Amino acid sequence: MDDLLQEFIAETREMLAAISGEIVAWEADPSDRARLDSIFRFVHTVKGSCGFLDLPRLERLSHSAEDALAEVRAGTRSPDGALVSAVLAIVDRIGELAEAIESGEALPEDEDRRLIAAVAQGTVPEAAPVPVAVQTTSATRGVARTIRLPIDLLDRMMGGVSDMVLARNELSRKLREAGYHGAVEAAFERLSASVAEMRDAITRTRMQRIDNIFSMLPRLVRDLSAELDKLVMLDIDGGDVELDREMIEMIRDPLTHALRNAIDHGIEPADQRRAAGKSAAGRIAVSARQAGNQILIEIVDDGRGIDADRVVAKAIAAGIVSRDRAEAMGWAQKLALIFEPGLSTAESVTAISGRGVGMDVVRANIEKIGGVVDVDSRPGQGLRMTFRVPLTLTIIPALTVSAAGQQFAIPRPAIEEIVRVAGESVRVEPLGGGHVASVRGERIPAIDLGGLLGRGGTAQFAILVVLRPAGGDRFALGVDTVHDHEELVVKPAAPAVMATGIYAGTTLPDNGRPMRLLDPGGIAAHAGIEGIGRRRETHADAAASAATPSVPTLLFRDLDGVERAIRLAVVERIEDVPVDTARFTAGRLRLAHDDRIIPLLARTDRFDGPRLRILRMNDGHGSIAYAIDEVIDIVEIGVADVSIAASGPIAGVVLIDGRQVELLDPFSLFAEAADGAPRAGSDQPLCLFASADNGWARQILAPMVEAAGYRVVFPDAGEAARADVVLAMNGDLADCTLPVVRLRERPEPAGESDPTIYRYDRDGLLRALRSSTLREHRR
Amino acid sequence: MNQLYLLVEIAGQRVALPAEHVESVVELETVTPVPLVARHIAGLAALRSRVLTIVDSLAALELGRSALDGVLTAVIVTVESHLYGLLVEKVEDVVEIAGGVDPVRAPLGSAWGRVSQGIVDHDGDALLVIDPPLLIVGPGAIAA
Repeated sequence: MDDLLQEFIAETREMLAAISGEIVAWEADPSDRARLDSIFRFVHTVKGSCGFLDLPRLERLSHSAEDALAEVRAGTRSPDGALVSAVLAIVDRIGELAEAIESGEALPEDEDRRLIAAVAQGTVPEAAPVPVAVQTTSATRGVARTIRLPIDLLDRMMGGVSDMVLARNELSRKLREAGYHGAVEAAFERLSASVAEMRDAITRTRMQRIDNIFSMLPRLVRDLSAELDKLVMLDIDGGDVELDREMIEMIRDPLTHALRNAIDHGIEPADQRRAAGKSAAGRIAVSARQAGNQILIEIVDDGRGIDADRVVAKAIAAGIVSRDRAEAMGWAQKLALIFEPGLSTAESVTAISGRGVGMDVVRANIEKIGGVVDVDSRPGQGLRMTFRVPLTLTIIPALTVSAAGQQFAIPRPAIEEIVRVAGESVRVEPLGGGHVASVRGERIPAIDLGGLLGRGGTAQFAILVVLRPAGGDRFALGVDTVHDHEELVVKPAAPAVMATGIYAGTTLPDNGRPMRLLDPGGIAAHAGIEGIGRRRETHADAAASAATPSVPTLLFRDLDGVERAIRLAVVERIEDVPVDTARFTAGRLRLAHDDRIIPLLARTDRFDGPRLRILRMNDGHGSIAYAIDEVIDIVEIGVADVSIAASGPIAGVVLIDGRQVELLDPFSLFAEAADGAPRAGSDQPLCLFASADNGWARQILAPMVEAAGYRVVFPDAGEAARADVVLAMNGDLADCTLPVVRLRERPEPAGESDPTIYRYDRDGLLRALRSSTLREHRR
Repeated sequence: MNQLYLLVEIAGQRVALPAEHVESVVELETVTPVPLVARHIAGLAALRSRVLTIVDSLAALELGRSALDGVLTAVIVTVESHLYGLLVEKVEDVVEIAGGVDPVRAPLGSAWGRVSQGIVDHDGDALLVIDPPLLIVGPGAIAA
């Protein structure tokens, strides 16, 4: 909130400086409408900001001035000298208060009341004694933690840094050619790192997440809805869209204004909403998204909407349009009349959104940055207001791809997935001169990017990038290669380039060769596939829901050369490890990895090459590794075509592209690896040795039991009472409430019902321990 | 009323570009093509940190297309805050020409008439004055 207040003060100061000339001119000629309008806009903007920032005094002042000026604009009051003086006194007072807020000083409030009364009656306020505090404010200035810079300067900085990046790249090439050595390399690396960091910082100075304004909306909505006694739910989406800081500043006011209008005039009181069959709480959705070379900011409410015919009636009454012209207007044109100065659709004047006067200000602000405001509304159903703001400069996360030997960038938000054309699950078929891709049974239109860009020959589909343009239908774009995910600084291209409709802008990557950012929506339109996808999709959805669910499955070549598959979900990661970390120790292969020893499964006992590729799997308790030769693909397959009931590492056989592929059974893999695997610390069962003085138990038995995964304690230990099982020699420990496993010294049992276990019967002993601890856990 | 002009050669003809439009003259090695763009846009190139849109002056005059190999000479102009490079065959000099621009009193061939502002007299030679923004607009837009 502090920052917002700072900004408000800085803004007010700037606006005051800017309109000081207007004020003087207006004083000289009070009938000058243009001057009147600009002063009006000033007090109106101040009022708007105050309402949000909770500055009631400033709000009252600006509201009173706005009231008086509105009457002048409406022609019900003449701008005489007394009124002009009263308004000017208020404008001055606004400046004083703003300074006082910044320096944290108090100004007497009765002065405000006197000024408000004066402007209401149109009397000349007595020369107000200038408070001493005001004169000292200039001295106390300097608390500001932000500075304002001309955009030009930032642009120059950015240009300079980009040049540095290019120079660094050239230097890097030259150094490579010259064969540089360690010391130079280290120095160069340091230079590179600081250049990169600098570029990032400079770019960020101009860019800001739109979240910065979106984040203040919930509070605004809350306050306004409380004040107006309305229920409003606010949805915000797309806050991570980054915009030029300049743009953010410029859309702040229009956005808050539109929201204010939506709550004040759009959303009906709860009882009216219920009567109209709507939910009691009104809904307002604010969203931002990038579409082509524009940022779209939408404010959608489900309130009463605007009746275009009433707008027209008012416009005719106000003399804005003639009756003849109005009759020739379409619905949209009629609605657009709300942006005309001096037209209000509100029945009553409120402190929240005034008289509908804001709409012309909204449009003026958006148009100032080269944007467009659209409004669409149906009476009773709500209103959608769209700001289309040009994308002057944005940082867009993008995927770089190649087609027809050229590199392009695709905005990442539009990308749904990237699939490789292979086998049955992902196919591309010609269809009536075009192509249709079948991705896991779903049909979507396919476009060959190379072909679209004029590469001759037959269409090639190696990799499909499945795109869903903003507000459009899905389609697959065939590209030759996918390179990388990058954050790109995108600038609009020249009009001649934008005219093609398929580019959203240009960007200059580090190699210094301009790259074009594709506009997915434009490509769809260019290829003429708009609207086809939707029908296909519904059809495909129905088909997909009927089919068996398929699961992503990793297809790989095993070390014995056989193709096998495993469900992707159990694979934690795929890693390359040095081959000497794998050792055949204590009867099985183990891998020393990440300071731990994990069981390694491999279908061979000889490893070639210096590195070993492993699949790391995790069952939630421990990891195992499975050595493979190479990963082939990730495919979506359903249930195995042949299921193997017998236990073993193979769960079944699936058919992939006509080949039989064994599907590994993760259960049996873990079971295979699990025996003897030491479990972690405290969840090991506690085994109490009854006789602490038995040297054989301590030296010989205990290590074996510990190796089997138990923690051995002796009666002198504090946790002896919490033991899961007690191990005792026959004869020791007559009565015990804990489960006891008794050992005998002789191999032969003493009788048929002898429950003791021969002390070197390792398997029998472990079995008995296990069943005792299990019983214990079950209890 | 002296005016500065940059004398260049386009399609074998010496023409004058008003110097007020001209930012600099650069030599380019690579032009990245832009598929589907109007014929007279040769592609994009980078001028330091900025992206240049390269205009093929030959194509803009509907006189064929420039070969885009070897070192290209481009005159850099800024039109409506976008940076363009106009491909020219040769750059002669910046000259100061006294006297105004006279209207062309002869029928001009090809698209020359569309992009010219008039004629100036330089050392006894009549030079066509080319308006860079008109050259950039290209032939298509006029037909539309």
